[in-house]
Amino acid sequence: MNLATKDIRHNFGRFALTTLGVGMLLMVVMGMGGIYRGIVEDATLLIDRIGADVWIVQRSTRGPFAEVSRVPPTLVHRALAVPGIQSAREFVYHTIQREREGKPLRIAVLGLSWPTDKGEWVPLIAGRPLAQNHYEMIADGSLGFQLGERVELGKETYTVVGVTRSMISSNGDGLAFFTVADALAIQLDTPGEAVRLERAARQARGERSEIGAKQPTLLERATAPAAELPPIARPQLSAVVAEVDPGADLEHVIEILSGWDDVSVYTQDGQRELLLRGSVEKIRQQIGLFRILLTVIAAIIMALILYTLTLDKIHSIALLKLIGASNTVILGLILQQAFVLGVVGFGIAYLIGQRVFPMFPRRVILTDEDLWQLAIIVLVISVVSSFLGIWKAMRVSPNEALS
Amino acid sequence: MEDDFAIETKGITKVYGSGNTEVVAMRDASIKVRRGEVVALLGPSGSGKSTFLTAVGLINPPTSGQVIISGTLVLDGPQAQTNLRSFRRRHIGYVFQKSNLIPFLSAVENVQIALELNGQLPGTARKRALQLLDGLGVGDRAGNLPSMLSGGQQQRVAVARALANQPSVILADEPTAALDSQRGRQVMGLFAQVAHERGAGVIVVTHDHRALDVFDTIYEMEDGMMRRASQLAHTSEQVRRT
Ligand SMILES: Nc1ncnc2c1ncn2[C@@H]1O[C@H](COP(=O)(O)OP(=O)(O)OP(=O)(O)O)[C@@H](O)[C@H]1O
Ligand SMILES: [Mg+2]
Repeated sequence: MNLATKDIRHNFGRFALTTLGVGMLLMVVMGMGGIYRGIVEDATLLIDRIGADVWIVQRSTRGPFAEVSRVPPTLVHRALAVPGIQSAREFVYHTIQREREGKPLRIAVLGLSWPTDKGEWVPLIAGRPLAQNHYEMIADGSLGFQLGERVELGKETYTVVGVTRSMISSNGDGLAFFTVADALAIQLDTPGEAVRLERAARQARGERSEIGAKQPTLLERATAPAAELPPIARPQLSAVVAEVDPGADLEHVIEILSGWDDVSVYTQDGQRELLLRGSVEKIRQQIGLFRILLTVIAAIIMALILYTLTLDKIHSIALLKLIGASNTVILGLILQQAFVLGVVGFGIAYLIGQRVFPMFPRRVILTDEDLWQLAIIVLVISVVSSFLGIWKAMRVSPNEALS
Repeated sequence: MEDDFAIETKGITKVYGSGNTEVVAMRDASIKVRRGEVVALLGPSGSGKSTFLTAVGLINPPTSGQVIISGTLVLDGPQAQTNLRSFRRRHIGYVFQKSNLIPFLSAVENVQIALELNGQLPGTARKRALQLLDGLGVGDRAGNLPSMLSGGQQQRVAVARALANQPSVILADEPTAALDSQRGRQVMGLFAQVAHERGAGVIVVTHDHRALDVFDTIYEMEDGMMRRASQLAHTSEQVRRT
């Protein structure tokens, strides 16, 4: 006869409610682990997906994910000239905030280097990669855009041709992919009035200067669009990403690139490290500590529950001792109930969590490894938190069955 | 010759508390119960009957004196000479003042657990438990939890549990308090039957003077002192004559 299950059946309602409570608590512990994992994954996801061997960024900056980085567009060609570099592309990245149906909408804009990169590497759940070098975009599902939807950004309207999933910036904002030209247009969008004022200012400067008087043609061109003016620099990129020849020595390539005084160079791992050590480090620590705290709290609560469960049975335990039950029988009664509480609680946490976590605004990732780890922790907690109850049960004298 | 006795106590004394609050609940109680002998223990409330019974039952060791069960010295003062719990399991059956059933087990399970603790397989244990309950007239309530049974029915389940392992010693503390006189008689008769058939020593604390005829020997306690009742009656008669 199994005493533990008999007792549970007798107090089923109470035990079920208690287990549900423990389950919810464990769900929060599980969720914290998932949020932690989600933050780490999201932070490095883009870098992993882009899969570049080398990141070339503005000198002394930590790259576009950490801060503003500006490099000239010509850097692509300079990089390509380095022996060992197989391909190099432009990389533009910045975050914008717009409004959609009255709610703020943050979009991490990423420029793809058309035509070498049409976004084929982006995992699509609907639609297709970019097919022309303007006015098309691939959007992450979390942004809420439908396939075929037309989105107005800056002075242009872009059509959503593809929808991807789980492409998120390290801040948790959904990504949208454009060609580099479009991404820059969105980033550097200036209102018409501002453009007119700038052109007028250019003209005024020209008229005041000697060159303006000597070269009237120059003055005429001052009011032309900026892109047509040779002395005005083209918009700058965030970074250049490059792949190295399969046979080439990465160290050597990096040594050459590091010799350039206007840029800093990172490997893929270097960028990842920077991100984890930099922008997400504090939130990562915060959630990690919170998770530990929650685990301790769960252990304390379980200990109290198991202690009261034992106290409720203390008369029966004294009686069992009276009729000669060995300590193993009494230990079994308490430990088995602790295990049932832990295992069923864990199951409830997992089942509810799987339904609830996807509704969270940021990704909650339950990896097998984390689940196993938590399962073992729960088992250990179950045993350790029974100690208080076991101690009480071992101390009770059979004589107390008579009072 | 010690072997002839199911129960033997040598001068057991129990002192509760110390200093100002010291209570001597039992003083120098010596008793010998042969195998197959059924003993009644009478006495007013607070005279130390339960104290004596729990000392013999190995759940409330005496302050001094010896308890010998089936020829084995089990308690020497408060010192256990063997594993008390397994000794209790194998040798002693209890029925106490208040019915003491495990609330989350049904009537039959309460008896079955005692058998299983003593190494019986669940199947055989259950069959035997049902037989015992049938014999005590509560077979039809076997599946009920103790809370659904009347006081008398609970007490009969407790009796069934006490008899389950065919112990060599049965200790009962007012087992018939919750029973009508007919049932009470029946339970007492059952104790006598087990004692005579199986050679168990039985001590029953009782206030019910109507059922005294089933007992072989009657002891009486007063203020912690134990006396054979016949001697006691004899002395009081002498006192009356003078
Ligand atoms: N745990 C204890 N601590 C202190 N004193 C106790 C304890 N148990 C019993 N006593 C005292 O010991 C004395 C004998 O008690 P006991 O319970 O043996 O009497 P009893 O003969 O069984 O009485 P009743 O017929 O009412 O059951 C009483 O004076 C009681 O107050
Ligand atoms: Mg008593």
